Amino acid sequence: MNNGPTSSIWLKEIRKSYGATVALDGVTLGIRPGEVHALLGENGAGKTTLMKTLFGLTQPDSGQIEIDGNAAVISTPRDARAAGIGMVTQHFSLVKTMTVAENLALANTRLVRVDLDGARETARTANDRFGIDVPADSLISELPVALQQRVEILKALAAGCRYLILDEPTAVLGPRDVDALLDVMRRLRDEESMAVVLISHKMKEIERIADRVSVLRRGSVVASTDAKGMTSQELIKLMVGTENQKETGSRDRTTGSGEAASTGARESGLAGVGSKGVVLKVNGVSTAKEVGGLNDVSFEVRAGEILGVAGVSGNGQTDLVEVLSGTLRPSAGEITVSGEVIDAPRPAALMAAGMGILGEDRHASAVHQLPVVENLVLDQLRSFTKWGQLNRKAMAARCDEAITQFEIKATPDQTLGTLSGGNMQKVLLARLFGRSPKVAVVSQPTRGLDVASTWYVRSLISSARDEGTGVVLVSEDLDEVLELADRVAVMYRGRILAVVSAREATRERIGELMAGVTQ
Amino acid sequence: MKPRFVLRSSTPWWRGPLLIAFAAVATFAITAALIRWAGGNPIAAYRYMFINPLQSKFGITESVLAATPLVFTGAAVALAFRSGYWNIGAEGQLLAGTIGATWFGLHAEGLPKIVAVPGVLIAGAICGAVWALVPALLRSRLGIDEVVTTLLLNPVALLVITGLLNGPWRNSETGFPDSDVVAESVMMPIVWPGSRVHFGLIAGGLLALGCWWYVARMAGGLRLRAVGLAPGAARIAGLEVERTLLATALASGAIAGVGGASEISGVAHQLTIGISSGFGYTGVIVATLAALNFIGGVVVALLLGVINVGSFSASRALSIPSTMGEVVQSVLLITVVAALVINKFRIVWKAADK
Repeated sequence: MNNGPTSSIWLKEIRKSYGATVALDGVTLGIRPGEVHALLGENGAGKTTLMKTLFGLTQPDSGQIEIDGNAAVISTPRDARAAGIGMVTQHFSLVKTMTVAENLALANTRLVRVDLDGARETARTANDRFGIDVPADSLISELPVALQQRVEILKALAAGCRYLILDEPTAVLGPRDVDALLDVMRRLRDEESMAVVLISHKMKEIERIADRVSVLRRGSVVASTDAKGMTSQELIKLMVGTENQKETGSRDRTTGSGEAASTGARESGLAGVGSKGVVLKVNGVSTAKEVGGLNDVSFEVRAGEILGVAGVSGNGQTDLVEVLSGTLRPSAGEITVSGEVIDAPRPAALMAAGMGILGEDRHASAVHQLPVVENLVLDQLRSFTKWGQLNRKAMAARCDEAITQFEIKATPDQTLGTLSGGNMQKVLLARLFGRSPKVAVVSQPTRGLDVASTWYVRSLISSARDEGTGVVLVSEDLDEVLELADRVAVMYRGRILAVVSAREATRERIGELMAGVTQ
Repeated sequence: MKPRFVLRSSTPWWRGPLLIAFAAVATFAITAALIRWAGGNPIAAYRYMFINPLQSKFGITESVLAATPLVFTGAAVALAFRSGYWNIGAEGQLLAGTIGATWFGLHAEGLPKIVAVPGVLIAGAICGAVWALVPALLRSRLGIDEVVTTLLLNPVALLVITGLLNGPWRNSETGFPDSDVVAESVMMPIVWPGSRVHFGLIAGGLLALGCWWYVARMAGGLRLRAVGLAPGAARIAGLEVERTLLATALASGAIAGVGGASEISGVAHQLTIGISSGFGYTGVIVATLAALNFIGGVVVALLLGVINVGSFSASRALSIPSTMGEVVQSVLLITVVAALVINKFRIVWKAADK
């Protein structure tokens, strides 16, 4: 397979940080033609940042890129294309109201004239050469996602790329479309001897297609090996780390006394409350989505416990949080919040019953242009209203209290968008816990936060548990789940595969379950 | 070195006014060239446009009169825009308001003024809200973009008026396509003796003040702003986004409708084809120039009133097209919007990456 000229790309010692968060911590990685190179890692491990660097979408702080042994400067996607690098991102950049041919013609930047016939010709030859069959004269908006994706791939190929990066291409595809995409990747590799970089969370696909696999964890490559003979379990083990590989930093975050206190709470919590203390009951909930949906999910959460939800990204966690927050209507099933069955769950009804949500994307949960004080009371306006008028005095008092209690570094009138990630998260947590919810659903609460904020947010979550809140902690950070949760539910393909108590929840056991192994 | 635009975290207080001043200078430069091209002297034209109307009582009161409908439509548009509902249909809603007001005025003979004047305004409000209803429902129930639907209903409202004036409401004395004069009882009083400035100015000012109070001080106003700025985040916080949009859209239509009633009841006293000279569209300009600020909207409306009156005298005196007033307004809109956008960013000169 590697009998051709040894042209290749080397990323050397790539480093990139966003503020205090280190996204890439000196990554070195080689990509060779004629191979499918899988890039694996949890969300936030740095896969996408690394590939964006290669495609010229972000600039590294240091490190260099070598192509065929020569140092290359890639500061824009245009540079990347000129170097033969193409990328299909998760969000397609197609003009939906135009046809396939028109989109292909648009991507052809060499010509001044819009060459529709040329574009049709490209589409026709693509079918013969790569097995990519797209209807050239259909509108993009009328095509299913799988075909839109093929148009994106075609755009990259038409620009003459030799290295094709696919960022989680199968996240949006059904099983049959996945098979077809893998076929295309095989042809590109074997017949065109191209390099395909596949960013994915899905072990099965990696087992099926990858020649090499590199695993990233916390901005570093922890393994870059031949994919043959690697099992899903081994890959997941690399991805989440093993007990002895665990960074000392995460141990330091939990102080000895904190550990003892939370263990104590766990035991008393489990002993103290029977089924009577159930504050959240999810019964047979499914969502209609073909990919990433929920399939007959049932579980219970008791007052004063943290139920951790672990799983490889894309196995239904997002839908679960959306259903619990009322922004996604389930197709079947029932949600009961502190004894009250919520029909047709909407955010307001769920909140009234005692539900509180911290969404996975804090930017989507906050009104950036409004000041801290107004964001803080947005979900409980009724308590700050007199005769329809905002009670500014009560709002200011609440805000001062929250700023002190949650150590928020901001003034009440500062617009929320100007706060750091950690402080924004604290504002949202202050809002959430300010309502003293019976159930708190927190999703990826520390994603992208620095060490100090991470520690603080985790301590907030455990103290909420100690005060009797039933917490659902959805996180892709397995350390976080293992550190905080009293029980761990593992999601796999839209189902809850098993619920394991904290005592039995070892990294190995959870890792196996995340790979779908129930033994 | 490459310039990059970076979102400002905070803006010093003087930047906004400074940029607006720049916008005014830019507007002057651009329109001066156009006036030159049209064969006029820009300095003289500007004197006629901005100074002359303010040098006589007649000029001042006519400017205020011209500003009155713009106070309503400016507030209507600003309210809708603050909630993220892009109501471009204030023109049609204002026209619907004139229909309601005319109908009420034609049937209000003998009512006491204290009942008839509020009645005519309410009739205008109801019709304005009804005209806003269908696009509002389409948006809040089905997510259909309101820009197109509200805009396309504007000429429909004018066609309805044309139909009425050529049919049932044709003038019974002259036979012209103008309605009969409305009942004396629904005519609003003149508030500036010796001029045509009527109570509509005060009503509009109060409505604008009310809008400001609601948006800045009331819980519903905070909801409206949150929905407008970040609908997703508002939904997560448990706010009823669709209901807020629907209510705001109807309120916006009602305010524009009152503006229409104010024209019938205050000055025109009868419905004509040309009852509105694009007041609803100019309302979009008013709201935008005022950066969606309600009090600022009143000031901008008065300024545009001056330009409207002034551009006529400029055109008469210098024989340049009278549409130059609209050109000035449009250029001002573009430069001010540019200034407002620039105000949000700072420019960073960054060396190209190695």
